[in-house]
Amino acid sequence: MPLLEIQNLSVDFATAHGKFRAVDGVNLTVDPGETVAIVGESGSGKSVSMLALMGLLPWTATITADRMALDGRDLLTMSKRQRRSLAGKDIAMIFQEPMTSLNPCFTVGFQIDEILKTHMSLTRKERDRRAIELMSLVGIPSPESRLSAFPHQLSGGMSQRVMIAMMIACNPRLLIADEPTTALDVTIQAQILELLLTLQQETGMALVLITHDMGVVAETAQRVVVQYAGQQVEARPVLDLFDMPRHPYTQALLAALPERATSQHLPSIPGVVPGQFDRPAGCLFNPRCEYATDLCRSTPPVVRDGALCHMPLDDAGNPTQPKILAEAAS
Amino acid sequence: MSNQAVLSARDLKRDYEVGGSAFSKPKLLRALAGASFDLFPGKTLAVVGESGCGKSTLGRLVTMIEKPTSGTLTLDGKDVVAGLSNKAEAKQLRQDVQIVFQDPYGSLNPRHKIGSMLEEPLKINRPDLSAKDREELGRQMMAKVGLRPEHYSRYPHMFSGGQRQRIAIARALMLQPKVIVLDEPVSALDVSIQAQVLNLLNDVQEEFKLAYLFISHDLSVVKHVADEVMVMYLGRPVEKGSCEEIFANPQHPYTRALLSATPVADPRHKRDRIRLTGEIPSPIAPPPGCTFHPRCPLANERCRAEIPELLDRGGTLIACHAVEEGRNQEAAPAA
Repeated sequence: MPLLEIQNLSVDFATAHGKFRAVDGVNLTVDPGETVAIVGESGSGKSVSMLALMGLLPWTATITADRMALDGRDLLTMSKRQRRSLAGKDIAMIFQEPMTSLNPCFTVGFQIDEILKTHMSLTRKERDRRAIELMSLVGIPSPESRLSAFPHQLSGGMSQRVMIAMMIACNPRLLIADEPTTALDVTIQAQILELLLTLQQETGMALVLITHDMGVVAETAQRVVVQYAGQQVEARPVLDLFDMPRHPYTQALLAALPERATSQHLPSIPGVVPGQFDRPAGCLFNPRCEYATDLCRSTPPVVRDGALCHMPLDDAGNPTQPKILAEAAS
Repeated sequence: MSNQAVLSARDLKRDYEVGGSAFSKPKLLRALAGASFDLFPGKTLAVVGESGCGKSTLGRLVTMIEKPTSGTLTLDGKDVVAGLSNKAEAKQLRQDVQIVFQDPYGSLNPRHKIGSMLEEPLKINRPDLSAKDREELGRQMMAKVGLRPEHYSRYPHMFSGGQRQRIAIARALMLQPKVIVLDEPVSALDVSIQAQVLNLLNDVQEEFKLAYLFISHDLSVVKHVADEVMVMYLGRPVEKGSCEEIFANPQHPYTRALLSATPVADPRHKRDRIRLTGEIPSPIAPPPGCTFHPRCPLANERCRAEIPELLDRGGTLIACHAVEEGRNQEAAPAA
């Protein structure tokens, strides 16, 4: 049984200009011990869908889903109180900016202690011991003395380690890491990613990694979900996705990477991600898609071959015939 | 490199005094401890390193925002350090070097329209032009960087990150500079937009024969744009050479570690990662000897005591005792 099941999750925000759909029909299943990466540009709804799962969205957001369950327990029908007790214990989340997600007014030790106090029934002595244990687990040198440090006394890499220590404090079943290394240097990024993967192997937790870096995806994930403008456009195992992308967006995204470039001129994707007011009709990617046809401009696509596209690409990277035409021909 | 260098730096140093009060002496922070390089028209020198390695300080010195503590900087054969003390001359010098900053959200004044932002450098430096001429030049530049004419009277908040970076590039080009310092120009942008901006930078470099000083921490971008690469660690260049040579055959243990830490977008790529422990030390109290020795897998007694010099090894400059003694060959195979 999968650890996490999300079916048809949508999030609408009530804005001054009417409803805005930030997440549109996202499905996600995660097995225990698995690493799933969610990739997409800014504004693709990858963070919002995970915040919806955590129950951390403001009141302006309306969350609808056919099913949202953790370990068989339905999160939608659960009381607020029960839901709250899950956050931080069974599902934990690490945010992008380690410097701003720690409270500057309290010591690191206090903040780790807080999560232990809320979720675990431990005595003060046990909590202290656990905090030191966690700090050494995430590779912080001389953890006893660092417990009394304030966040501003720590570097970015150290703060992110503290965040990870806090989040694994209650042995979560599912850890969501929202761009955990974007603000860090590459050598520190390598350390943090390695730490997350070792912790995952040791504890058997599932890891959802939100990122925009295809390199990070390739090195860590087993399965990849590509999001575009709130929609899930492709969900595939990592090797298949990098070898034979089915969705034109995934193909273009991979081609735009400088390290895959074959000439001085990079194959870029024209235009930008549509916002609230410039949503195109039909497929949301059609204004930027090099294969778009009249069908794409008029009718929203359905999922074919694991991609949300009328004409998913074949193994050679060329678009296939739309289903309607293919059926008419046969 | 038959071309004449447009900008040359020799042994540039920059110190800052930090802390200090009525009772304690301020501490000396050596942000840049001696960098030498040349910039050539139409060529790109990339400066790579982690935060705190002095790459942004280098950018500030080259753009003449700050004066070097010691060392010489010459632009087109003119001494910059001496020129900066003369106001009229400084104004002339500064026109030739422009900068594009990392954060396109912070570097554009939200109260100015795009048009007036592009014309401002002309207003200050080209008093001979009429308002009409300025607008004409501004509009030409907008077309060049791929902005539409109607964007002329819009405010920065109406643009996306990629468009803002185009505006910043247009603004830097207004005075027809010879050198542009690009301080992490694409690290705040998404991949698809990043490709657009890199293409634009490539196009304008070819058109105006610009010399780029490309400051970045993203090695995959650097590999794509650079002709020459300078790797810095704690204020010092540790390896400097042609882009192909550095990426194909990195010598310095720090360069190797940096390359192996960069994620590769290929799930089949075999990682034999050189693990660097610890973090970059504080530049206020740098370790003695080679500043990299506390994190270096090859460090020995000599590294802990003696600062390595930049030595020429087959066209690549490397500052490392281990490379000099040939200790790096058996310990770590080339990545």
